[in-house]
Amino acid sequence: MRIVLLLVLGSTACASGRATPAQAPSPAPAARAESRSDSLSGDRPQYPSTYRRREQGPVMIRNATIMTAAGEEIAGGSILLRDGKIVAVGREITPPAEAEIVDGTGKYVTPGIIDTHSHIGVYAAPGTQAESDGNEATNPVTAEVWAEHSIWPQDPQLVLAIAAGVTTMQVLPGSANLVGGRGVTVKVIPGRTVQELKFPGAPYGLKMACGENPKRVYSSRGPSTRMGNMAGYRAAFLEAERYRRRWDNWLKDRKGDAPDRNLRHETLAGVLRGEILVQNHCYRADEMAQMLDLAREFGFTIRAFHHAVESYKIADLLARAGTAVSVWADWWGFKEEAMDGILENAALHQNAGGRPVIHSDSPSGIQRLNQEAAKAMYAGIHAGIPVTRDQALRWVTANAAWTLGIDSVVGTLEAGKMADVVVWSGDPFSVYAKAMRVYNDGWLVYDRDDPARQPRTDFELWQVPSPGSDR
Amino acid sequence: MIALLLAQTIAITGGTVYPVSGPKIENATVLIRDGVIAAVGTNVTIPQGAARIDAAGKWVTPGLFNAATQIGLTEISAVQETNDGRLRGNEVAASFNVGAALNPASQLIPVTRVAGITTVLSHPSGGLISGQAVVIDLAGDRPADMLASPRAAMIFDLTAREAGGGSRAGIVARLRRVLDDAREYQRRRADYNRAQMQELAASAADLAALQPVLTGTLPVIAVAEHRADIEAALQLAADYRLRLIIGGGSEAWMVAERLAAANVPVILAPLNNIPTYQALGARYGNAARLAQAGVRIAFTINGDPSHNARTVKQEAGNAISYGLPWDAALRALTLAPAEIFGLASRYGSLQPGRVANVVVWSGDPFELSTAAEHVIIRGQEVPRSSRQTELLERYKTLPPKY
Repeated sequence: MRIVLLLVLGSTACASGRATPAQAPSPAPAARAESRSDSLSGDRPQYPSTYRRREQGPVMIRNATIMTAAGEEIAGGSILLRDGKIVAVGREITPPAEAEIVDGTGKYVTPGIIDTHSHIGVYAAPGTQAESDGNEATNPVTAEVWAEHSIWPQDPQLVLAIAAGVTTMQVLPGSANLVGGRGVTVKVIPGRTVQELKFPGAPYGLKMACGENPKRVYSSRGPSTRMGNMAGYRAAFLEAERYRRRWDNWLKDRKGDAPDRNLRHETLAGVLRGEILVQNHCYRADEMAQMLDLAREFGFTIRAFHHAVESYKIADLLARAGTAVSVWADWWGFKEEAMDGILENAALHQNAGGRPVIHSDSPSGIQRLNQEAAKAMYAGIHAGIPVTRDQALRWVTANAAWTLGIDSVVGTLEAGKMADVVVWSGDPFSVYAKAMRVYNDGWLVYDRDDPARQPRTDFELWQVPSPGSDR
Repeated sequence: MIALLLAQTIAITGGTVYPVSGPKIENATVLIRDGVIAAVGTNVTIPQGAARIDAAGKWVTPGLFNAATQIGLTEISAVQETNDGRLRGNEVAASFNVGAALNPASQLIPVTRVAGITTVLSHPSGGLISGQAVVIDLAGDRPADMLASPRAAMIFDLTAREAGGGSRAGIVARLRRVLDDAREYQRRRADYNRAQMQELAASAADLAALQPVLTGTLPVIAVAEHRADIEAALQLAADYRLRLIIGGGSEAWMVAERLAAANVPVILAPLNNIPTYQALGARYGNAARLAQAGVRIAFTINGDPSHNARTVKQEAGNAISYGLPWDAALRALTLAPAEIFGLASRYGSLQPGRVANVVVWSGDPFELSTAAEHVIIRGQEVPRSSRQTELLERYKTLPPKY
């Protein structure tokens, strides 16, 4: 019995912003200018991805039920992976002679699971103060911090996510601040450095937070009210507007001294330019509407509201704005702004033409996002809200990929997509299904039947049981 | 048991009945009369005028029992004035019984019961000795109407490092001082009342409240995650002849044989597998390994144990995935907790004379696709509504119906 109350109550975790990319535009606009100038830090690479695909021969999984998250569920289907790409999906595929054939009889195949909202690495296990690196709760606006600079790749929670079929996740700063900083999208693979995990080409995200958390954390110095929260965002973006203008003017001819570089303004200017995607922790419907107006005031869009337990109340507004929602299946009640959570949230949002995502915000929940999507799907169906299996699968794959701006690369089983693929022991919407094989970019990163293919972090050696058996 | 029950008779017919106390029975009838189960079987005479529930193709089980929540004691976790589960300012709160704080109007009650959870342990938290837990049915207009056991267990928290001065050894030493003084107090109440005793480790009320613990009539839930803490609890129980239950028990699988030998049950969350220094050995296989060794297990959940109490079904389903037999999972959510809290003659199985807490499921109760179609608590079907269903109805089509 866990007598300790949720960490979501604390200023830790719970709702955060957005991720950082790998080879996304460098943080300073200067980097994109044609210039030989090496004198400016902004012209140099900014923490680039060093991700490399692991070599693996071609693999064909045959005679499985293939759930593509692109409209099809193919019984007795096959899927061919080669050089990190999906080559073909269908009933009749001729594999190359050298392909490894995996018998998928009785198994299900889906795209790799994508979590839009994780704090793995920034709130690493074993959960001591030493690993509490998710909230730079020293100022209400810390757009200058980057989650990737906190991530500990040896977090043992990472391999638990791998064993659960998660292939990509966005790691976000926490929700203590109005603007918490940049998040990063990573491949969920073992690695020595976060750069090795960074998803190549993924855009950066910006974590913002509404409501109770910032006003509680800063109650003594402000903001201490929701109107104070709004004023805080507006002041930050006003400065960013000026900053962006100064840099844009200078970049026209690079004459004279470059403006001073300011990391806080630089990130927010990236939002104004549409290069950085806003990932906004926000629970209440009325506050989400305020944030949509804020975005209009400054000419950007909010990519997704996270947690969004009341999104069903304004599903029409959100669908019109083109803003996704990233929600839990059934969490509610842990704080006042979470009181109106209902099981049908995702289904209602889907039905209104929106783009729902099921996220975890939890190192435990990330291990069964397939089950969480299933609960939300069945809740909809039981309430008479039409939801298809393909739609529900998209809640943890394709829609999540869109939220992270990587939907052209991952999120579905379609020829040409990155070979992020999970083989499940049975229907992934059953409580009894387990991820048996996980391919990340075509590499078999996890095999439940082979202890040699069950990665372990340094932390686990000698002191923690292997995740592959029954951990 | 409760006077205000309507004299109602319900016959659930044609379902596959899982009595838990015995093997499943196909195409069976469960007859409920005056709040209790009157008959179960394939040859049950249905009285005239009985309300009928056609359960053909359905699964019928006892109402599920979540063995560790704070339902009725908390409304909004982060809002202090809605929380009554913790007594501040007393680390040895043995006389604190949460029954008096129960809120029968709590929103959590309908939200949880419509999912097929009919009975829960509601426990105090905090301090070294948190107080006394109760077992409640999730229906009733007054606290007294809900109570299935007004004093189900005393909570000792062996993870309360601060109360132990920062060391697990300090926690155990302090518990021993308290228990010694409780004995001493009992032996010398007269001296105590004449103020002829040195100061004791707790108040008179708290020492008095510990007497049923020392006589073994009231079980102790020792919250312990680390193997060393579980072993310390076993030793404490042996030395003081406590009726011990381990709560949490992340590393209980490591001492499964000892727990089985001592007949000590474990209340655990099957999906607890994140390593912490409290329990680096936390694993999904905990439930299966304990059951395999013969340890009696009951379930709670990982995370918010009250608002999300309904997800105990999903936790149990996952325990099955990691090796627990299906029947053992159902027992862990029904008869096992009833046995652990001394309620098996009234709760946890479908047998004549048992309290009529019964659920009719659309399928396997652990499956995510399954709905609880009929939930009967103390012989009365509860409505399938809650504040959440009202919100759904209001916003199902937009703009909302205000």
